[in-house]
Amino acid sequence: MNPEHILAGDRRALARWLTALEDERREAQEVLAALFAQTGRAQITGVTGAPGSGKSTLVAALARGWRARGQTVAILAVDPSSPFSGGAILGDRVRMQALSGDPGVFIRSMASRGALGGLAATTADLARALDAAGFDQVVIETVGAGQSEIDVARAAQTTIVIEAPGLGDDIQAIKAGILEIADLLVVTKADQPGAEATVRALRAALELESAARSAGVAPGWAVPVLTTIAPTSAGVSEVLDTLAAHQAFLRSSGAGSGREVKRLQRELELRLRQRVWQRFALGLDSDVLAEWAGRIHRREIDLESAVKSVLASTHIPEHE
Amino acid sequence: MRALRVLIAKPGLDGHDRGAKVIARALRDAGMEVIYTGLRQTPEMVAEAALQEDVDAVGLSILSGAHLALTPRVLELMRANGQGDVPVFVGGIIPEDDATALRELGVAAVFGPGTPMADVVAAVRAAADQVGAG
Repeated sequence: MNPEHILAGDRRALARWLTALEDERREAQEVLAALFAQTGRAQITGVTGAPGSGKSTLVAALARGWRARGQTVAILAVDPSSPFSGGAILGDRVRMQALSGDPGVFIRSMASRGALGGLAATTADLARALDAAGFDQVVIETVGAGQSEIDVARAAQTTIVIEAPGLGDDIQAIKAGILEIADLLVVTKADQPGAEATVRALRAALELESAARSAGVAPGWAVPVLTTIAPTSAGVSEVLDTLAAHQAFLRSSGAGSGREVKRLQRELELRLRQRVWQRFALGLDSDVLAEWAGRIHRREIDLESAVKSVLASTHIPEHE
Repeated sequence: MRALRVLIAKPGLDGHDRGAKVIARALRDAGMEVIYTGLRQTPEMVAEAALQEDVDAVGLSILSGAHLALTPRVLELMRANGQGDVPVFVGGIIPEDDATALRELGVAAVFGPGTPMADVVAAVRAAADQVGAG
């Protein structure tokens, strides 16, 4: 893994680096450390929404639009891993065939590998890698997300939430979670029945939220609701313009760097938690834990007291 | 143990993707990450996907009869991309003489109709592991 090959645009070297990052190999992290100063230049956009709402199709249309505007595009498309076999079928490329053959586009499919927030644990690092490799635009497409898969907002600068017509009433739209992370709402399949009602419901939900938002992460940005129709690409250039406007807003208002610092703090915490747990887990004996579980089952001790006993008796190794 | 990444592609013009989907599911159930590309791929599209996805193996499903035209082109492009060591499998209705010719060209194995899924899974795993170890 040679950082110079990656910077020189060697796609094979880049692809192998991404694999090593996904597999959390130490040498991959060393390359990322060496190239970290090169990151922070790409525009990173997250796209999330329910299964079948049209994420891959919109991402492909956005990529074509960016290419027409002379920008290079990398796409990270995440699909779920099976909780049973650990395997996955990654099918997002099916909707992106029109991008094939363009050297200014790089598409990478990722399995979520047990993570539940809509991304894989390493997706943010792969996005950074594509940023370091020099792509102008990096798009992260989440697994088909419901109401609480909001990790994408922790990896992207701008988050697009997609709603397709005909999914649920207006109460769905004001529940917590996915709507709160939207910088931009897109109603896809706008030629389908119910599209106008969906747009109205989202606008109404946003009005209810605007008071909370004005004190929130991005005061001064009114979340727009846009519509697209895939076969004709209607509405796509408006989405591109709005994404550019959001980036300009993040820069001019200073909200962009504020948000990034917050994102990085959360990521630091997550990584520290994971590291501390890994070290702690080295000192845990699963037979001992099974014994404790048996005692809890027999009602000899309660869960919380068992936790205290295990903590008190576990030696934490100095190194991983 | 890391998950094997496998590309399942359908080059050529026939629209019969049931076999490819059955294979994709079997490999998924064996714990592999299967990148499925959909119908009507050119050899160039297949090789490009194999490169970007850095796969451990490639499976081509061909029912159009064009296997002797499509497969060598995929192999050639993958070699040009530095992926000559990635095993390529072909599935479909392939006459025995053609299957021999494909194996001589460098195809790791040819699977005809009725091949037990367990055989396919074992062959993909063995070939990919061999490369990974090398």
